[in-house]
Amino acid sequence: MMVNMKGLVAAGAVVVAASLALSGCSGGASPKEGAGDKAAANTLTVWVDADRGTVLKDAAAAFTKESGVKVKLIQKDFPKIQEEFIAQVPTGKGPDITIGAHDWIGNLVSNGVLKPVELGDTTADFQPVAVTAMTFEGKTYGVPYSIENIALLRNTALAPTAPATYADMVAAGTAAGTEFPFLVPVGPESDPYHLYPFQTSFGAPVFGTNSDGSYNAEDLSIGNAGGEAYAAWLASEGAAGHLSVNITNDIAKEKFNAGASPFFLSGPWNVPDAQKAGIDVAIDPIPTASANPAQPFVGVQGFFVSAKTKNALAANEFLVNYIGSEEVQTALYEVGGRPPALTSAFEAAAADPITAGFGTVGATAVPMPNIPQMGKVWQFWGVTEAAIIAGEGDPAALWQKMTGEIQGAIAK
Amino acid sequence: MPTPRTGRDRTARDNSLVTQLRQSKRAGRIAEAASVGIKILLVKILLLGIVDAISVYALFVLFLKQDWVVFGLVLAVTLIVNWIYFSKNALPAKYLTPGLIFLVIFQIFVVGYSGYIAFTNYGTGHNSTREDAVASLIASAQQRVPDSVAYDITVIEQLGAYSLLVTDPDGRISVGSADAPLREVTDAETDADGVATALPGYTSLKFSDIAANQEVIAALSVPLTDDPNEGVLRTPDGSKAYLYLSDLVYDEAARTMTNTTTNVVYAEDRTVGAFAAEDGTELRPGWKVEVGFDNFARAFGTDSIRGPLINVTLWTFAFAFLSVATTFALGLFLALVFNDLRMRGRNVYRVILILPYAFPAFLSALVWAGLLNPQFGFVNQVLFGGAEIPWLTNEWLAKFSIIFVNLWLGFPYMFLVCTGALQSIPGELQEAATVDGARPWQVFRLIKLPLLLVSVAPLLISSFAFNFNNFNLIYMLTNGGPRDVTAGVNVGATDILISMVYKVAFVGANRDYGLASAFSIIIFLLVAVVSIISFRQTKALEELN
Repeated sequence: MMVNMKGLVAAGAVVVAASLALSGCSGGASPKEGAGDKAAANTLTVWVDADRGTVLKDAAAAFTKESGVKVKLIQKDFPKIQEEFIAQVPTGKGPDITIGAHDWIGNLVSNGVLKPVELGDTTADFQPVAVTAMTFEGKTYGVPYSIENIALLRNTALAPTAPATYADMVAAGTAAGTEFPFLVPVGPESDPYHLYPFQTSFGAPVFGTNSDGSYNAEDLSIGNAGGEAYAAWLASEGAAGHLSVNITNDIAKEKFNAGASPFFLSGPWNVPDAQKAGIDVAIDPIPTASANPAQPFVGVQGFFVSAKTKNALAANEFLVNYIGSEEVQTALYEVGGRPPALTSAFEAAAADPITAGFGTVGATAVPMPNIPQMGKVWQFWGVTEAAIIAGEGDPAALWQKMTGEIQGAIAK
Repeated sequence: MPTPRTGRDRTARDNSLVTQLRQSKRAGRIAEAASVGIKILLVKILLLGIVDAISVYALFVLFLKQDWVVFGLVLAVTLIVNWIYFSKNALPAKYLTPGLIFLVIFQIFVVGYSGYIAFTNYGTGHNSTREDAVASLIASAQQRVPDSVAYDITVIEQLGAYSLLVTDPDGRISVGSADAPLREVTDAETDADGVATALPGYTSLKFSDIAANQEVIAALSVPLTDDPNEGVLRTPDGSKAYLYLSDLVYDEAARTMTNTTTNVVYAEDRTVGAFAAEDGTELRPGWKVEVGFDNFARAFGTDSIRGPLINVTLWTFAFAFLSVATTFALGLFLALVFNDLRMRGRNVYRVILILPYAFPAFLSALVWAGLLNPQFGFVNQVLFGGAEIPWLTNEWLAKFSIIFVNLWLGFPYMFLVCTGALQSIPGELQEAATVDGARPWQVFRLIKLPLLLVSVAPLLISSFAFNFNNFNLIYMLTNGGPRDVTAGVNVGATDILISMVYKVAFVGANRDYGLASAFSIIIFLLVAVVSIISFRQTKALEELN
């Protein structure tokens, strides 16, 4: 009797679960439509990552008090947001607003899931590089909140002064007598992101720019004469042992924190650990390896509005007047440590020398291209740099071959 | 006077007592049985009640959404489930139904949907319907007129129709709606800054009212003048308005998009699911359409895929086969050794040997990638005295490393199943063979191995199928590399089919779900064929014994 009963209970439980799953698949997930229309229209759904969520809670409460529109914050894993957003917006079940990075814009727009945001006259309040980054084909698609870029981390105990050029840095690093004169993360498939400032110092950006600062996909300038010079430089630095495909991100960080090098090309994300390891870190501009300034890529984080939002006005209002306010931008800076995109908030944050250091480099840096064509560049770029550094062939020939392949992939 | 109790009396009384006792026991049993029956019935009704309540809710939602196909399915399933659990006969179905429902949802539907996706162009730029694409194109085409001013506005309402009460920077006040261009008004009330806030005959909206009707208000575009080319005023937030011009005009009847600045006409192309100009340029986004066998044709027809396909397929088979062979050989050897009763501390060794199996495979793969770093890795630094052996960057060494790491990851599993299978072989067989004069090798080869294979062979086949699609290991250890940069394709020496599919279908931020689904069907066919042949062979093995 007992056995039968247990079996029945178990079976019943399974049926409940199955039906739950079934109704979840079929219609349960869409209570927004139909009867609940009125209530839903007054709720803003915002996707946000864990760190930013706590800050937005206060801004959301203030917004609700002022406007009567409820804000529902949903925590998401940042790297997964792009794909989930593209998949969910067309079904009508996506959020009204999501957090994101500016280099997603091209992809999101070509999937038709973004609505332009009207910054209006507040445009001038943001740092120009942040607004440029959020602009795609002449339209602004996001409200920026932070700017992130790499710079030169210097161990002040090993190198008292900032190097002006790449040669200075090598000389100072050699004079310090450490295991490595300087550290640049490269890895077996190379790391074009970390090497990019050296590439720009040879005057070979990936894409040329239009007059308004946006990238021109037609003008693939990576293969110009500067590009070839940069390829030759990679080969000679690889042969000299300064750049090595064996130095991955983890190894570079570990060695710098152990005091094995006075210089480390990295971002704000590695500073807290270095300081914890007892290293007095100074942030310097990246020394140029040639005639042009060394400009790293800038990544801008911000908030986007869904193309299928039913709350377009509330979403715009919330983003421009709440996320774009100095209090929220400063609070976001305090949890994330990334320099704020709002100029007034940035100036307040610049009291911290680390933030000021990264901010100075970021102000002259270039936004990571947000055009979809950039996606075709990475797969050829990294491995070619790795092959050149490892000395596997003629640098100029490999570089030109890569340029041709990128061109072919873009034309497809 | 008390009667003396005779033995007979006592027996009779005892008998009646026993009977009473028996009766009460039986009654108790019946009562118990009845109460248990009621309990079961109550639980059954409760659970089915919950199921039905959820179903009714789902049906209600589906009814409002007018999604009749799913509505019918949910209704049918609910009725069937109720019938099964209330009927007295359908005992097997009572056990099978929950499993069947899960099978349909998580297996058949998923497989069927992947199959359907393989025949569409679902992916970046084609991820929604045609209506969505049109709406998105129109919305993106709205562009604020450069250097135009911001207007202060108040949203006003009359008889359910919305208008904008506009104060321009010079202080002129005008009103306009979607059908009526701006006209100047003089009788508006203004606030301290001279911004009009109300107009007689109209109701001014507060932000909460605006928020409640924002879909309509966000779509409201008020022509500046009678000439539509002057642009329209739209409000992105309910308090400011800006002048917008659209450079894309949609003609629903002709199904074309026209760019008004360049005068290029983009006609609908139903085979690609996009608006395309005569020179072939497409407007993004497009929409999802069925493309027939295009994805399969592309899988075999595109140079960048067809070129490396043969090598990759060969390596995939070699990798899967060698992985199974090496792990099985080592696992079996260790199982034999540790199954010997003369071995001391066997349990301790066994636990230690199972450890690699307890770590998550992708974590181990990452750790191994670090251990095998040519310059800083433990293997070269400590075991090879600082030699710079390119374990992961030389084509053949990388292949060796992959198989070696997979051996480390996989032998504990084989060790476990072989130990289990060995222990189920009766000891007498070995004794009998030894008595008959068989040598240990003969005992193993002629008695233990065939008996072992009967139970282990199906596991070897499933292990082969698993390794055939062992994406984690490849992705984490070498990411398919090393890549020959001169080959011009994004496929490396250690890429197996599934990691190649990933690279081809998901390049950069581009997602080509259609192509990926087509590939997974091809891979499924390959694995299915190999498995069917192998299972046939296993059957022969079973009959042999």
